[in-house]
Amino acid sequence: MDNKTDLIEYLLRLGDSALIQGQRLCQWCGKAPALEEELALMNVGLDLVGQARNWLEYAAELLDDGRDADHLAFRRDERAYRNLLLVEQPNGDFAVTMLKQFLYDAWHLPVLQGLSQSSDERIAGIAAKAVKEVTYHLRRSGEWIERMGDGTEESHKRMLAAIPEVWRFTVELIAFDASEQHLCEAGITPDIASVAAQWQAKVEQIFTSATLPVPAAPNYFYLNARKGLHTEHLGILLAEMQFLPRAYPDATW
Amino acid sequence: MQPGELIASDLGARPAQPTDLAAAWAILAEVMDPEVPVVSVVDLGIVRDLDWQAGHLHVVVTPTYSGCPATEVIESDIREALELAGFKAPQLERKLTPAWTTDWISASGRERLRAYGIAPPEGSTSKRSLLGESPQVVCPQCGSAHTEVLSQFGSTACKALYRCVDCREPFDYFKCI
Repeated sequence: MDNKTDLIEYLLRLGDSALIQGQRLCQWCGKAPALEEELALMNVGLDLVGQARNWLEYAAELLDDGRDADHLAFRRDERAYRNLLLVEQPNGDFAVTMLKQFLYDAWHLPVLQGLSQSSDERIAGIAAKAVKEVTYHLRRSGEWIERMGDGTEESHKRMLAAIPEVWRFTVELIAFDASEQHLCEAGITPDIASVAAQWQAKVEQIFTSATLPVPAAPNYFYLNARKGLHTEHLGILLAEMQFLPRAYPDATW
Repeated sequence: MQPGELIASDLGARPAQPTDLAAAWAILAEVMDPEVPVVSVVDLGIVRDLDWQAGHLHVVVTPTYSGCPATEVIESDIREALELAGFKAPQLERKLTPAWTTDWISASGRERLRAYGIAPPEGSTSKRSLLGESPQVVCPQCGSAHTEVLSQFGSTACKALYRCVDCREPFDYFKCI
């Protein structure tokens, strides 16, 4: 693969992950545990969908095959999606939702901080903007993990139950493939080992203060979002998200 | 290029007049943010630059948040106000870099936010306010510094929700980013 193909793949990973995480958060709309949480969940989702649009617009320009960001979001099938397996997992209870958010945010922030130094100016610009937003996301999700982990007997129990639900999917946050290696060597993307170390340190810090055990490093998982091999949950999510644009292609209102 | 675009883009093209840019700034100072209708797009620092390019006014706009749903509305409001004032087919450019920051909100914009009941951003983003402890936010109703954060995310992406411990009023705080 050349650098352009690698870059398109990478932009889809970033954009799809933000979009699917945003869509999952939208599923809380109207049924969050409190009004303040409802607003927060929707605001974080909104930031992520906005970031997804920026990444997918750039991917569409590089693809240069007539598709735009909307087309990429609403007309691609599950196998063409490149989002992290973590973000497509069902919301579960509030503990699972916030744990997914925290594990994603703790990875997202160092990735974006690295990308804001990218040799690709377009990437650096989008990332510099997103860093400001994700700083707030991580602060909030980290506080929730501490509050629930070190909270009541019930909230602690829920957090303990949430960890094994999603932990195995974090393997994708700390592993990298040849395509990312090329981009990193070209100065376009940050060093994955450094991102992984920052992610690990943040997780250990928050889990420790939340009185939660830090599980052992996740093992290789047979599914691989980088190759479009997803869990069964993504298809159902896409069916809902893509229904309208697929049923009424090119509709305007 | 779409059919007809060349013709449309040339429509109303004219050389710049010496007063054009000042007039355009004055018009934009009256275009209010749709979600905070007391501060203008100039006060908020959303309009970054104006100049004259190829016979048309060229407006550089920087959105506040990546997912700000008001971005399209703001751009269409800007376009409409300028066209009503006689600027034909103004060219809008959306620019992400440098990223928008609350440091760009003008002093008068901050005062108007406060008068409207929204606490303006405290401090500057170069300080630790982004990463560290919550900043001390003054209640826009009674002026007390005795306030607490209810939620880092308020009624819009750019605001957090606070409560005044003295007058008990909840209020929005324009987050420092």
